[in-house]
Amino acid sequence: MFYREAGQFKSTYQADMAVFPIRQDRIGLAIILAIAFVVIPYFGDDFFITSVMIPFLVFSLAAIGLNILTGYTGLISLGTAAFMGVGAYACYKLTTMFPNVNIIVLILASGLFSAAIGVLFGLPSLRIKGFYLAVATLAAQFFLQWAFVRVPWLFNYNASGAIEVPQRLLFGIPVTGASAAPETRYFVCLVLVVGLTWFASNLVHGKIGRSWMAVRDMDIAAELMGIKLLNAKLLAFAVSSFYAGVAGAMMIFLWYGGGEAADVFGIRLSFNILFMVIIGGLGSLIGSFFGAAFLSILPTAMKFGLPALGVPMAGATAEHVTFMLIGGLIILFLIVEPHGLARLWQIGKQKLRTWPFPY
Amino acid sequence: MASAPDLLAQTVWEGLVSGVLYALIALGFVLIFKASGVFNFAQGIMVVFAALTLVGLYEKGVPAFLAVILTLGVMFVLAVAIERVVLRPLVNQPDIILFMATFGITYFLIGLGESVFGGNPKQMIAEQLYLPKGAIDLKILGGLVSLQKIDIAAAVIASVMIAALALFFQYTRIGRALRAVADSHKAALSVGISLNQIWVIVWFTAGIVALITGIMWGARSDVSFALEIVALKALPVLILGGFTSIPGAIIGGLIIGIGEKMGEFYWGPLIGGGIESWLAYFIALGFLLFRPQGLFGDKIIERI
Repeated sequence: MFYREAGQFKSTYQADMAVFPIRQDRIGLAIILAIAFVVIPYFGDDFFITSVMIPFLVFSLAAIGLNILTGYTGLISLGTAAFMGVGAYACYKLTTMFPNVNIIVLILASGLFSAAIGVLFGLPSLRIKGFYLAVATLAAQFFLQWAFVRVPWLFNYNASGAIEVPQRLLFGIPVTGASAAPETRYFVCLVLVVGLTWFASNLVHGKIGRSWMAVRDMDIAAELMGIKLLNAKLLAFAVSSFYAGVAGAMMIFLWYGGGEAADVFGIRLSFNILFMVIIGGLGSLIGSFFGAAFLSILPTAMKFGLPALGVPMAGATAEHVTFMLIGGLIILFLIVEPHGLARLWQIGKQKLRTWPFPY
Repeated sequence: MASAPDLLAQTVWEGLVSGVLYALIALGFVLIFKASGVFNFAQGIMVVFAALTLVGLYEKGVPAFLAVILTLGVMFVLAVAIERVVLRPLVNQPDIILFMATFGITYFLIGLGESVFGGNPKQMIAEQLYLPKGAIDLKILGGLVSLQKIDIAAAVIASVMIAALALFFQYTRIGRALRAVADSHKAALSVGISLNQIWVIVWFTAGIVALITGIMWGARSDVSFALEIVALKALPVLILGGFTSIPGAIIGGLIIGIGEKMGEFYWGPLIGGGIESWLAYFIALGFLLFRPQGLFGDKIIERI
């Protein structure tokens, strides 16, 4: 009834091919953005913002990055966490070298370092693919994780062997470091995520995105059509690692605040982000958000939600059950709905469109 | 100097031993890939799960050998469950989807194993299974090499098992059926081979291999979920040897094992140590660039 495009006529081809062709979708997006920008920082308490919203935003960005590589270009990567780590360490090096440069600029710039490393490890992708490539990205995972611990230059020869996030100001307000307010950090995250999502949306809907999808669907056919495989694959690696790198820098600077950085970027995180992409929906930007929301909130919900509902459960048990749940859900989604939560969302919208008549 | 161990020989020996153990894990991968085209990421966790079940049952008071039989039963149930729940609904899906499904199996088994047996490291019941203990010293090249008896046992058991598997594949009816399924699912179905049955058999065989690997690994170190990371080492072994070749898995395992130990021993200290964690992947990666199908793998032919 409320979600129907009757009467919305398109007179240009551009309007017909728009990303949000239906007016209600545009209104919905505006409402979501308004909630994200106004309602949450105004009404949300610190716990909600720091341990629900900021992780969600960070994981969303990482999931978008991996989705570009795996969902759109069809190259499986198990090294996402390592590329996130490159972003975090690059950001740390940059901000200690150039303390006066705006931290947001540095967070974005550290993505470029990550992109360069990503291209380096993406180079074998021309000759190998599928499982072989997954192993190649595991090489990146283990090598980079080793480097984070063993190369003291990366953490400025700190005695603790970890990176410590210094305080950085933006317009006189502390953005990073211990004294930064959760709302400020949340705002910076949100702005970065919204901007980069918009950028990614334009990329995947344009010529580059189409060439990625052609490579995914059948790379030999894509090559015959004139797509340069090496360029397309390396660009996918670069963009994907850029997103991962920015997410990693955000993770350490705006969420964790330093600490055990080398352990954070382990293989478990890589897997988790891959699961977000699978459960959210391969080849879908909105799916990345759904997957990140689902998997970043699930452990918290299991730990705090179930006891609140009166189901007594020890912390360790909750963790094990979460593992089993995630494993089961992945299998379930692959069997029942390979396109993930994003496809469920689409089906829901389609049902609303034809409601109350199902056909 | 005569009493000091000969370092080169000792390093090579240790490399050989870990190579055999990598090869054992890789063998489980190869079995499943050969007979069903599924790249089973969960093989590593199956090793941990089998070892945990064995030790867990023993701790509950079950005699050691009965525990082995019961564990085999558990692995069989697991094989049936995987076939019913995961493989059957996903038949004919792209390989990459099946690969991701095995991630799901991995996580499920981690959760199940931890919630049933707890996440603490456990001692493998090596003595109760009459596995040898202690070391023998051997004089080679003017130096002493100390060989752990358990390592020798591992090598012997691995060889026996590999020979048995080769004979099984080559000469039995089921072995022929397995090879037929590997060639083409459809053709195998059309001549009356039951795909479901074959899958259960293959996964059960992989489960047996996982149990033996788990016992051997567990006897060297503890049984814990840290093995899961070690199991990832089997992936470069696979790449080196080729996904479909049992001899490839063994030779790849030995190359990776020796290369890794030598690299760690001679170059490790130069760049900070601990390079074992990634050297294997780089050996495999360098190799891939020259021969993408691996040492003994089938050449991949693609058509549009």
